Amino acid sequence: MITAERKPFEEILSLVEGQKKILVAGCDTCVAICLTGGEKEAEILASELRLKAQQDGREVEVTHTSAIRQCEWEYLDMIAKQVEEADVVLSMACGIGIQSMAEKYAPKLVMPAVDTNMLGMPQEHAVWLERCAACGDCRIGLTGGVCPIVRCSKSLLNGPCGGSHAGLCEVRRDNEDIECAWALIYERLKAQGREELMLEVRGPKDWSKSSSGGPRKMVREEAKPV
Amino acid sequence: MAEAEVKTAAEGGAAAPEAAEAEAPKKPVDPSFEPEIIVFACHYCAYAAADLAGSMRLQYPSNIRMIKLPCTGKLEVIHLMRAIEAGADGVYAAGCLEGECHYLKGNLWARKRVTKVKELLAEVGLEPERVEMYNMSSAMGAKFAESATEFTERIKQLGPNPVKRPGVSAHAAAREALGDVAMADDGPPPAAPAGEGNQP
Repeated sequence: MITAERKPFEEILSLVEGQKKILVAGCDTCVAICLTGGEKEAEILASELRLKAQQDGREVEVTHTSAIRQCEWEYLDMIAKQVEEADVVLSMACGIGIQSMAEKYAPKLVMPAVDTNMLGMPQEHAVWLERCAACGDCRIGLTGGVCPIVRCSKSLLNGPCGGSHAGLCEVRRDNEDIECAWALIYERLKAQGREELMLEVRGPKDWSKSSSGGPRKMVREEAKPV
Repeated sequence: MAEAEVKTAAEGGAAAPEAAEAEAPKKPVDPSFEPEIIVFACHYCAYAAADLAGSMRLQYPSNIRMIKLPCTGKLEVIHLMRAIEAGADGVYAAGCLEGECHYLKGNLWARKRVTKVKELLAEVGLEPERVEMYNMSSAMGAKFAESATEFTERIKQLGPNPVKRPGVSAHAAAREALGDVAMADDGPPPAAPAGEGNQP
């Protein structure tokens, strides 16, 4: 699922500076499941903003709401009245939801309260691990179900590199060890009896299907309304 | 919605009203300041400990107002925030001893949430010390009185909650905000003067 992390409070304050009516809008899908921007978190942020404003002696009206999905027009319709009444919407949805909100209610001021950070898997309750880069050209059928693009620090298609040691990558992130994706790939392929796949040399991947060539578009012709 | 005022067995005694004066603050910021403190008490331990404190005729400040929960694990971050927003000068959760939660880990969850609220309060410029987590068993009446006294002293030192609104009962608002999470209180049948009797 899409995961996001709340922005630092100071940054959020600066985004809504000078605004009198603030609507904190949560999204009850991905960001709610990753405990960052659902209705509960929207109310907590609204509460914080009110406490701060009261102490600073500012007259600010902060309310909260949430949409089932901020990335779909129909669900945005359901909070139209609250959005229209606000000077600024502080959206806690992922980047998709924030942009949908900004587009639907343009030129309403819509500000992000979160940083959308990855397509992650909940490894255990309250811990998410990045698993997909949405690169548009999936190769995990050849790599034992382990994505070398997102899990290898160098996104190598032909690994491992010389920085793999005892199953760990030479790169550490946030002071934590990273498992070597290619060590994982080898172990998985071996368990499947397909380790000879490691010997195949893979040519360049088709990166035109990734995000570098401008925003991508997907159309399901057979499902489009007639 | 349940009655706003809570009357514990301990406060029911005639001795309770003098408790606040008996515990003279060491460094009073404002000697006349009587904080309004909300206690989220677990049904299985702290609430019973308060009862025991009453039976033991222990004195503790009458500033505290209890809200009974089936377990402190029921307490969420937003409940503590709502209590502070409602104007409570201090809020604490009183749960079972660690490792002895009736629901196994509820009190450990509560401690984490209290810690989170401390961070949130610091972010908005309020003192994190306005929220706390205490642990006790139902047999620890003295510990209940001691916690109430210690926390009340702490809040007296800190002074009033800067977002306090005159004329608003933080306890009533906090209870309202808890909705179905709060349990009905035991003890004397609800009567209008019951709450007033607790005032010093």
